[in-house]
Amino acid sequence: MAHYLGIDVGSVSTNLIILDENGDVEDAVYIRTQGQPIKAVQEGLRLLNSRSNGKWDIRGVGTTGSGRQLAAVIAGADIVKNEITAHAIAAQKEVPDVRTVIEIGGQDSKIIILRDGVVTDFAMNTVCAAGTGSFLDQQANRLGIPIEEFGAYALRSKNPVRIAGRCAVFAESDMIHKQQLGYKIEDIIRGLCQALVRNYLNNVGKGKEILPRVVFQGGVAANIGMKAAFEEALGMEVYVPKYHHVMGALGAALLARDAGVKNTKFRGFQASDIEFTADSFECQGCSNHCEVVNIKMEGKVIARWGDRCNRWKTIEDFDVA
Amino acid sequence: MRKVSFPYVGNATITFQKLMKALGNDVVLPKRPTEETLSLGTKYAPEFACLPFKIVLGTYIEALEAGADTLVSTGGVGPCRAGLYTTLHEKILKSLGYEFEMITLEPPGRHLRDLVASIKKLVNRKLSIADYFRLGRFVWKELQLLDKAEKLSHKIRPLEVKKGETTRTYKKCAELIAKAQNYRDLVEIEREIELLYEKIEKKDVDPIKIGIVGEIYVVIEPAANLEIEEMLGDLGVYAERSMFLASYTFYNAVMDLFRMPGERDVKKLAAPYFKEMCGGHGRESVGNAILFAKRGFDGVIQLSPFTCIPEIVAKSILPKVCAEYDIGFLPVTLDEQTGKEGLRTRVEAFVDLLAAKRKKRKGDVVYGTLPGY
Repeated sequence: MAHYLGIDVGSVSTNLIILDENGDVEDAVYIRTQGQPIKAVQEGLRLLNSRSNGKWDIRGVGTTGSGRQLAAVIAGADIVKNEITAHAIAAQKEVPDVRTVIEIGGQDSKIIILRDGVVTDFAMNTVCAAGTGSFLDQQANRLGIPIEEFGAYALRSKNPVRIAGRCAVFAESDMIHKQQLGYKIEDIIRGLCQALVRNYLNNVGKGKEILPRVVFQGGVAANIGMKAAFEEALGMEVYVPKYHHVMGALGAALLARDAGVKNTKFRGFQASDIEFTADSFECQGCSNHCEVVNIKMEGKVIARWGDRCNRWKTIEDFDVA
Repeated sequence: MRKVSFPYVGNATITFQKLMKALGNDVVLPKRPTEETLSLGTKYAPEFACLPFKIVLGTYIEALEAGADTLVSTGGVGPCRAGLYTTLHEKILKSLGYEFEMITLEPPGRHLRDLVASIKKLVNRKLSIADYFRLGRFVWKELQLLDKAEKLSHKIRPLEVKKGETTRTYKKCAELIAKAQNYRDLVEIEREIELLYEKIEKKDVDPIKIGIVGEIYVVIEPAANLEIEEMLGDLGVYAERSMFLASYTFYNAVMDLFRMPGERDVKKLAAPYFKEMCGGHGRESVGNAILFAKRGFDGVIQLSPFTCIPEIVAKSILPKVCAEYDIGFLPVTLDEQTGKEGLRTRVEAFVDLLAAKRKKRKGDVVYGTLPGY
């Protein structure tokens, strides 16, 4: 049977997924990117390979996420797609009657509006990272609570404390002040969830018509406190799909499946053993001094980006550095 | 001799250089804004000032460092802050110890005497009426030609077979225009430009059409909008912006002089949604979006500098307008970010959305949310 690989390289996590040709998930891995996307992709491939014993016949590869270009070069991708489209496709596959997608990841949050199976509107946070996974992570850390239990704490609260939502800095100082006054941790955490939801709806969701079914995905969807806060604020059920944390990768794999790829560019799972390196140099062409990045495979430049003017795009012409 | 410099506005910079030289001034050519320009501007501008203010301030500092003693800029009629920016720029630069004269060209309709006085300062050579006529005709033609070369590039880029060919051709055209010395050169170059674009190998497709509206500086100057038009072209989109320098100058200087309301249609179109003038180009953004919708465009992208009040007002009105005219809408806020990836993600998703919408309207089956495959 034919299989398809989807890779989503985000700021916080790198997710890989294997689909069979019916679109059913065979395997999925979730790895922390930790600022090293190349390593994360290779680690993911290694992990998948060790669990499969070579039984998958990969016929197409799709990449998405902010590191999609890099992942495409490392794994050899047939399709490279933005994460908004990828998330919409995955939500639609998992929940065919979806009309609103709430997606909150490590560093960004988005809302996608679908009507009759077509994306009609979307928005993505632009200037503020409050309410994204990184911030929740950081707060859980500060309070000494494992992030997995964060949501459960919120659910135990009966009297949430009001926390400022507009900005992560305001939220954090408000939390600290309330905590120093002796409010209970669970009340503060529930208050934080409510603040983040308020912020999301007022910022990312501003002016959007949120209709059921609402699907909540991305890493933060695992937080039952956030789910409950959304349900409370919206007055409707919020559905969290089984593969909520790897929906981007799922969408990328579906895209690869539906792209009609004849010969995949996939380098094979062995790509995890190839030596990929990145180095950069400062272009002296103008006073922009762009930091141009070379992606090298076993010492040979295979991709290059970072220049604003595309001067270095063609690799054959400039075999320098 | 006066050493004149001015803000950098795309390729028109070359034309201003020629004009200033013809009037008997020495010119310090402003550089295309770079990250360094922005850093300079950010360092000395108030934190809350908008991106165009910071870029222009940085450009002035670079020009003064290069020896300019006169800065020329346009004024405005407010209430957009940009109308006061020249004065503020002057104060900041003087407090930094630079010595220079700031000459503000006010719109002729309201401050004709000021304008004449300002222009007199810039005329440092004896010119006959015939000279003025020749010069005016040349400058006007050159501005038009620059706009034409750019418009053609936007039209052809989404159709090109070989990626990058249009951008190369456009650069060549700009170089040709820069070399022109007189009106006759320009007439010849115009023909050459048409030929150059004709030679590009093109695909026969009907590309997605997106109109660009917003604040004038970020709309016109690619260095201030992360080269969004090129990005759209590379995605196979025909992008057209609502403002070009030649037409803008015409409406706001010449028409204003004769008390004819500039861009009358656009303001009339915006009127049902946007009655009050709020400065800047907020009302034009709404009116132009409607104009694009009426012309059958698929979507509108609004470019606004972060904290720009006129565009914030327009941004809250545009979703309703675009929904009524059934055209896609994507607001983009520009500030100091120089990473293009975030913008590319949104723009790509927007193009996907428009393609799916178009397919659906035609009655084609849309497979899932997948457009274009």
